[in-house]
Amino acid sequence: MAKLDQDAPVFSENRVKALIETRLDQRGPLVEVLHALAEEFGYVDERAVPIVARALNLSRAEVHGVVTFYRDFREGPPPASVVRLCRAEACQAMGAERLVEHACNRLGIGLGEHTPDNRIGLEQVFCLGNCALAPSALVDGRLIGRLTEERVDAILDAAAGEAR
Amino acid sequence: MTPVTVYVPRDASARSVGADEVADVLARLAGERGIELTIVRNGSRGMFWLEPLVEVDTPAGRIAYGPVSPGDVGGLVEAGLAGGAPHRLRLGPTEEIPWLARQTRLTFARVGVTDPLSPDDYEAHGGLLGLRRALAMEPRAIVETVTDSGLRGRGGAGFPAGVKWSTVLAAPTTDVKFVCANADEGDSGTFADRMLMEGDPFLVIEGMTIAALAVGATEGYLYVRSEYPDAIATMRTAIEIAYLQGWLGPSVLGSGRAFDLTLRVGAGAYICGEETAMLESLEGRRGVIRAKPPLPAHAGLFGRPTAVNNVLTLAAVPWIVTEGAAAYQQLGVGRSRGTQVFQLAGNVARGGIVEVAFGVTLGELVNDFGGGTRSGRPVRAAQVGGPLGAYVPTSSFDLPMDYEAFAAAQAMVGHGGVVVFDDTVDMARQARFAMEFCAEESCGKCTPCRVGAVRGVEVIDRIIAGQDAEANLELLEDLCELMVDGSLCAMGGLTPMPVRSVLTHFIDDFHLPQGQRA
Repeated sequence: MAKLDQDAPVFSENRVKALIETRLDQRGPLVEVLHALAEEFGYVDERAVPIVARALNLSRAEVHGVVTFYRDFREGPPPASVVRLCRAEACQAMGAERLVEHACNRLGIGLGEHTPDNRIGLEQVFCLGNCALAPSALVDGRLIGRLTEERVDAILDAAAGEAR
Repeated sequence: MTPVTVYVPRDASARSVGADEVADVLARLAGERGIELTIVRNGSRGMFWLEPLVEVDTPAGRIAYGPVSPGDVGGLVEAGLAGGAPHRLRLGPTEEIPWLARQTRLTFARVGVTDPLSPDDYEAHGGLLGLRRALAMEPRAIVETVTDSGLRGRGGAGFPAGVKWSTVLAAPTTDVKFVCANADEGDSGTFADRMLMEGDPFLVIEGMTIAALAVGATEGYLYVRSEYPDAIATMRTAIEIAYLQGWLGPSVLGSGRAFDLTLRVGAGAYICGEETAMLESLEGRRGVIRAKPPLPAHAGLFGRPTAVNNVLTLAAVPWIVTEGAAAYQQLGVGRSRGTQVFQLAGNVARGGIVEVAFGVTLGELVNDFGGGTRSGRPVRAAQVGGPLGAYVPTSSFDLPMDYEAFAAAQAMVGHGGVVVFDDTVDMARQARFAMEFCAEESCGKCTPCRVGAVRGVEVIDRIIAGQDAEANLELLEDLCELMVDGSLCAMGGLTPMPVRSVLTHFIDDFHLPQGQRA
């Protein structure tokens, strides 16, 4: 997941249409279109749903259903920095649950939440494919292995600093 | 003087512990000292406890150093890294490291050896031999070769690949057939698909192309999970290069036979690793599984005959076609033929990729290759085959890695992922997590999985809390039976496996009152 560019373009109907247009020749393009929207705007704005539906000859309900099914498609602007902590078994075996608790306590938020200023979002993820160097996290798209509490602190400090 | 070639992996795991920084410092220091270096960002050799692993080409072969931190680089260069000089991090010739030397790397032969995005390197190390041979064969003959090799699906289910391909080949279609590679590697403890896509992407392309030739498909889709940004980037570039090389497109290697390959990215749904959910996702829909029949081989992607295979299954094929079915079939035990790319993960001292023939025991993998736990504490259990696989106690570590032997022990080999736990693990909590994970990731289509998993968490919570433990254990067993029998796919159908393995082998962790289910 790309780190949110502070200058992410604001929603524009024409831009949405242009992003759809270049994908119309693909088979079953809906997920691809939503990825493109998420990459461009940081999330899938609900105003895009009817535009996408019309262009792909789908119902709005179908498009909404797909947007809400997949974790990658946010429905609102993402936090400036997203820290995704792996909670799958290999990371559990190396103390991932303690790290999750530590991060939550430090930020005063739960998994799936973000700080009140929307600077840091904390999310759980099940497996990043780094299972021999557990515990792992994906911080704004960057994979980090052999995570420790100290490392988590440094990551959160950096994220808070950068966002300022 | 020709520049010395130094290898620093580009693999995501190696990067997760500083490989990029090592490469940067190396390039800078070499520049400052006027040492001519060519830095190749190779795949990982799969010895992750030694990452970042730096190798240097010498007249005596490649010499390895590791694990190298950015701070070590200065000393290494000073000591004479470019000449393979002694240093406390020097591991000797890479190929002679016993951990590696003991393996039989067929699928992973090039991973860590070559520059992943160099087509010349690929061909120089045996790439395209399988494809060239396949182009000279009748489709039926390719399918027979794969059938005779005994290759079974490496994604976990272990279905004979040749039988699947034969069905797709025979299936009538009015227009198009598809090949889909499943790289939605969502199971914890697995990273072989990722490593292969990052370390030898052309092999994935070659395997898919041979599959297409075998079943009569002209279009292929590679479905990669979005949690693998590096693999996505490398595969995208590799596909572009393959088109430029004429390995893909309207006339594969000038044969006049067409194969077009498209990469699609998942969107954060574990269930899309289930083949029919993956097909739905590829069609642009919610990743909800389909009831079978019809089989994807008859009516798969967009209702057309489709061969859906795991990345590792497809990647095994070029070797099989090149070396012959008999050579592959000679390896392994029982009905588990060839090699499996085992993955050692979790609390393990020497984690990584162990590609060996089937038949190696779980204990050999965990103790001999893995070196026991990373924490140094005794091993308590290993979960084999992902989140839906059983927790195997050390008393069963003499089990051979063999589909049938594991099934007989109420466990599964699956994709060969092995997650090691030490004696601090609370197995009751692991059983609970199995249900929690299913509740989180269920697609919601069938009730046993959607509701059963939620009820499973609740009933396990009651057992852990000591509420009417005996009756709740009975209820849990009943629920497990229902999920196994009534679920539409493996998500709900196999979630009871880890739960039941805990009840069978680690019941003590529930701290039941005296006399109950002792």
